[in-house]
Amino acid sequence: MSEITSLTLTELVKNIKEKKISSEEATKNFIERGEKSKQLNSYITNDFSSALKNAKNFDQKPNFNLKLPGIPIAVKDLFCTSGVKTTAGSKILSNFVPTYESTVTQNIWNEGAILLGKLNCDEFAMGSSNETSFFGNVQSPIDKDLVPGGSSGGSAAALAANLTPITIGTDTGGSIRQPASFTGTVGLKPTYGSCSRYGIVAFASSLDQAGPMSKNVKDCALLHEIISTYDEKDSTSIDFKRNEYSKELTNNIKGKKIGIPKEYRVEGMPKEIEDLWVKGIEYIKDCGAKIFEISLPHTNYALPAYYIVAPAEASSNLARYDGVKYGFRSKGENLIDMYEKTRSEGFGSEVQRRIMIGTYVLSSGYYDAYYLKAQKVRKLIKNDFDEAYKKVDAILTPSTPNSAFKIGEKTNDPVSMYLNDIFTVPINLAGLPAISIPAGLDVKGYPLGLQIIGKAFDEQNILNIAYAMEEKIAFKNKITDWWIK
Amino acid sequence: MTKDNSEYLISRDNNIYEIVIGLEVHAQVTSNSKLFSASSTTFGAEPNTQVSLVDAAFPGMLPVINEFCVKQAIKTGIGLKAQINKKSVFDRKNYFYADLPQGYQISQFKYPIVGEGTVILDMPNGQKEVGIERLHLEQDAGKSIHDMDPQNTLVDLNRSGVALMEIVSKPDLRTPDEVSVYVKKLRSIMRYLGTCDGNMQEGSLRADVNVSVRIKGSDKLGTRCEIKNVNSIKFMQMAINYEANRQVDLIEEGKTINQETRLFDTKKNETRSMRSKEDAHDYRYFPDPDLLPLEVTDEFIEKLKADIPELPDDKKKRFIDKFKVSPYEATILVSDMETAKYFEEVVAKMGKNQDMKLAVNWIIGELFAVLNNKNLEISESPISAKNLAKLVNLIKNGTISGKIAKTIFELMIDGDKDPQIIVEEKGLKQESDPKALEALIDKIINDNREKAIEYKQGKEKLFGFFVGQAMKVSGGKANPQLINEILKKKL
Repeated sequence: MSEITSLTLTELVKNIKEKKISSEEATKNFIERGEKSKQLNSYITNDFSSALKNAKNFDQKPNFNLKLPGIPIAVKDLFCTSGVKTTAGSKILSNFVPTYESTVTQNIWNEGAILLGKLNCDEFAMGSSNETSFFGNVQSPIDKDLVPGGSSGGSAAALAANLTPITIGTDTGGSIRQPASFTGTVGLKPTYGSCSRYGIVAFASSLDQAGPMSKNVKDCALLHEIISTYDEKDSTSIDFKRNEYSKELTNNIKGKKIGIPKEYRVEGMPKEIEDLWVKGIEYIKDCGAKIFEISLPHTNYALPAYYIVAPAEASSNLARYDGVKYGFRSKGENLIDMYEKTRSEGFGSEVQRRIMIGTYVLSSGYYDAYYLKAQKVRKLIKNDFDEAYKKVDAILTPSTPNSAFKIGEKTNDPVSMYLNDIFTVPINLAGLPAISIPAGLDVKGYPLGLQIIGKAFDEQNILNIAYAMEEKIAFKNKITDWWIK
Repeated sequence: MTKDNSEYLISRDNNIYEIVIGLEVHAQVTSNSKLFSASSTTFGAEPNTQVSLVDAAFPGMLPVINEFCVKQAIKTGIGLKAQINKKSVFDRKNYFYADLPQGYQISQFKYPIVGEGTVILDMPNGQKEVGIERLHLEQDAGKSIHDMDPQNTLVDLNRSGVALMEIVSKPDLRTPDEVSVYVKKLRSIMRYLGTCDGNMQEGSLRADVNVSVRIKGSDKLGTRCEIKNVNSIKFMQMAINYEANRQVDLIEEGKTINQETRLFDTKKNETRSMRSKEDAHDYRYFPDPDLLPLEVTDEFIEKLKADIPELPDDKKKRFIDKFKVSPYEATILVSDMETAKYFEEVVAKMGKNQDMKLAVNWIIGELFAVLNNKNLEISESPISAKNLAKLVNLIKNGTISGKIAKTIFELMIDGDKDPQIIVEEKGLKQESDPKALEALIDKIINDNREKAIEYKQGKEKLFGFFVGQAMKVSGGKANPQLINEILKKKL
């Protein structure tokens, strides 16, 4: 048998159910590998001793009817976990221990999973390289000094490095799909309203969505069916009929109509991305699906609209971190002074930049020109997709306009950093589901991903397409364990 | 300054000014739990004991609308004869303050739940209509306490997130008296509906008062000042009076009025600038992305309409038509639902041979005086409607005189005693037997012969003396009408 930590979730569950591996054994293996992988800096907080205790408890009274029986899992540090520090990658929450549990994490514990720890991420999920975290950048297991992507960079790195069999991230503009693409893993951004936002530290409420990250599509389907539940505690949660995605997963996509949006052929896109896309189209044809050229005419406006809407909401969502009630507080002469010092010292520069942009676009006199206009653009982008979906069942695009870049390469150029999200952002604006699957390697051997975008609530369809393509692509990640001496 | 029932004008040299007033009333919704959380709303609890994670704005916490509060707002809208908006939107009003945990207040800005409506004021010289601009739902903030600790401000979040209705009037009010009647009328309507208890001491009802002045006859609005957070009707009137005169003085001196927010200092009886328009907060309103637009169906609204009790205006009309009480009396009787209920019970218990006028006088005269003295609500009246009806009937059928009735009334207060029993026990029945009274009067005239002669000689004042004697001798029981008749005959 191969190493426990390199098993897929599905294989691990099977082994535990067949009592070939105990929860304790699995947990120990992941902990040991975690201990040896500190250089990756993927954990902000590990909860190893509790995890081991919980694994032993599980083994004493195992319940194999659960979907995640005794499976140790590390999650992004944006999910509030009861009794375990939750920082959102920020100094301002560096001492914050919630007394409550997010709905999404509660759903996985209810299925028998065990918390390994909290994974690094960009501060308040604002970033595309995991370099804005107060707790330091994350090393990609793909190569030394390479970014794992962001904001769910710790999650992607931990998953690709086999520190957790599966993980959950959050995606506001690409924060699951881009790091999945950079690390050769699978990441799903579900339909807005599919997963509850209750207990997830908010970045931009109308865009935030939690989702599964996994080593393959089947694992992704399984985790998605666990975390996607209707939740009365989130007013934007939608009560629709959810599938048993893993059970209904099929590689039969014959006759499916797949759209190729011409607007995603952006200027300056590397040839290898273009080639990857063409290869993806071929794979889809091989599976018996049909290809259609489509147009999403407002794609160009998605990124600017996103960088108005998301900071606007963030500027308001982050107002609660004022040093009054919890979290970091700096000493001040008076209330205003205390606010200013707390927030200047507590937030990093990218977060401050977005708070300022957001405050600006909402101020009187600018609201109509920026926020309102961005909302109109958002509607047009959604209309583009609605039109396209009259003709096709799903859309295929590259996940990112480039492969992973070096740490520090883009830190002084926020616009170039923002451009990383160019293919992922429109999907959040439209509230649609999209999955990124690894599809190949570039010349440097870095993974590249393809994105399949679905209709709202049609996760099953894009999972099926991804499942069929995955078989054809037969992607193998080249990870050398360079960080383990 | 002239002041009569209808006008409240400020005169300076050759100019006469009128005041234009608009009110933003903040009424706390009567509900067990808060607008977006399940925390209790009970007044006066230990600080920070009624605070949920949502109210304290913990990371990842989300608001969920309380349907009951929505119903209460719609009911109030129906009571204000207002447009109910089937779709309304919650916005965030962003500002930093220590007692505002989210850093924003959830309110309704562009699309309120209730639109234009009307309130009718009963003024001494007739009715006046005041337009309602809108009613919207919003969260209350917490409370900052500055005087309990020498170094720190303390914060109590019990009130944080409690549902408020902000009721905005059009600038239709012209006098402090109209403001008083308007606020009382709003309160009365909301109490009838059970949507706000109107308790100003507990802060359930408070108002921002917008005041401007203009030359009488002008139809242009002057620059207004907003006096924030005034929590009693008396203070509202004082603040308006001060502020209007201040503005008139500025105009007369050739100065301009700055649009600004002012505070009313109740100790010094003056308003003071809080912040000017230039310093006004930019609240950066935008739709709250945590909440979907609030949509209600016609069916939902119709169901609530069916639940609306008879409101003061309709009740007043019915009282005038059915019970023939005067508009003035009717206004008093319907001012709160419990008084109206008490009155109707008295009417019912009086039976067929009713003296409505007498009943009304006893309620708004003697009974109100007792309630006032004892600081009781009419629902806690020491005298039941049934027994008050009996007392009125005893007067009406001549069993007792009005004077004796007052004595009996005093005795009834203690333990809600039946007046009939008091009459019997104390032998207070009125003497109405003409023969007995004639004998009594004969004796009095006999005993006071000299005075009787003086009377006959023209000293008419002495008539009162004889009436007094008759009442004294009879122990107050003599029927005064008969005494008068007999005395006139005998003297």
